[in-house]
Amino acid sequence: MRELADHIQDIMQNSVEAGATEVTLEITEDRQRDVFIIRISDNGRGMDEAVLKHVTDPFVTSRRTRRVGLGLSLLEMTAKRSGGGVRIESAPGRGTVVEASYVHSHWDRPPLGNIAATIKGFIVVNPEITLNYVHSVDGKVFSFTSREIAAALGEEIPLTHPDVLSWLDSFLTGGISDLYGGARENEDR
Amino acid sequence: MKTVEDLRRLRKRLQSQTRLRHSGGTQIIVGMGTCGIAAGAREVMAAILDEIAKRQLEDITVRQTGCIGMCEKEVLVDVVRPGEPRITYGKVKPTDVPTIIAEHVVNGRLVDELVVAKIEEPQ
Repeated sequence: MRELADHIQDIMQNSVEAGATEVTLEITEDRQRDVFIIRISDNGRGMDEAVLKHVTDPFVTSRRTRRVGLGLSLLEMTAKRSGGGVRIESAPGRGTVVEASYVHSHWDRPPLGNIAATIKGFIVVNPEITLNYVHSVDGKVFSFTSREIAAALGEEIPLTHPDVLSWLDSFLTGGISDLYGGARENEDR
Repeated sequence: MKTVEDLRRLRKRLQSQTRLRHSGGTQIIVGMGTCGIAAGAREVMAAILDEIAKRQLEDITVRQTGCIGMCEKEVLVDVVRPGEPRITYGKVKPTDVPTIIAEHVVNGRLVDELVVAKIEEPQ
């Protein structure tokens, strides 16, 4: 997993597979406190204490095709290597929160990567899931909810309509690059 | 910078153009399990959406799936045209996407060198 966006995509896919109808992604970059925090919360089916205790073990998985589930172990490995860690809260019927924190300036902290394209992909491919996005960089915030986008778009026009895809592209890329002072959206200096 | 208001205006413009939205369009499904993501599925997904926008293709459904167990063949992309067999392409790179869209999605011609599986439509 070369970029943090890879981990984000992966964990959000866990939320989808847990039957979530609402997913909240919060990205907090704070250079003064030298922290980079990613928090993904969902209203999926959740995990009981027995599973939760060992969930970052690669041999613990809800999958049935294999007895290996690497997503959370890889997430934890990258976070620990960057001076941070992973915290997971979950309960059956109460959803799950996965929070990964990194030392912002750490040499081994991967770049965020193209998060705009990642989010665009998630929204378009999961139209029945509400995505809440909150991204703050040194106190500057860009946030939106896909509920508002769905309401503006209405029922008849699909998210895969080419003009809608273009709009999503500009909206997300513009909003996020603005956080870095209008620079490239995956600037990580 | 685009706003949600721009989207409302876009909706009005699209609604005024009489366009029948028929269901049963082509489905494109991208494998997005951990193995897929590690193999570069995000970039392939981005390339697919970009190609759809570039070619102004309408009525395409894009979905993602988890790991199906063929991890060594990721990135896996399934294409299902209405009434046609479900074709699984393997080891797909972003540079393969324009070919898959142009040949298979638009013209119904399989990209043989990338095919890993073919499932007939259930009757």
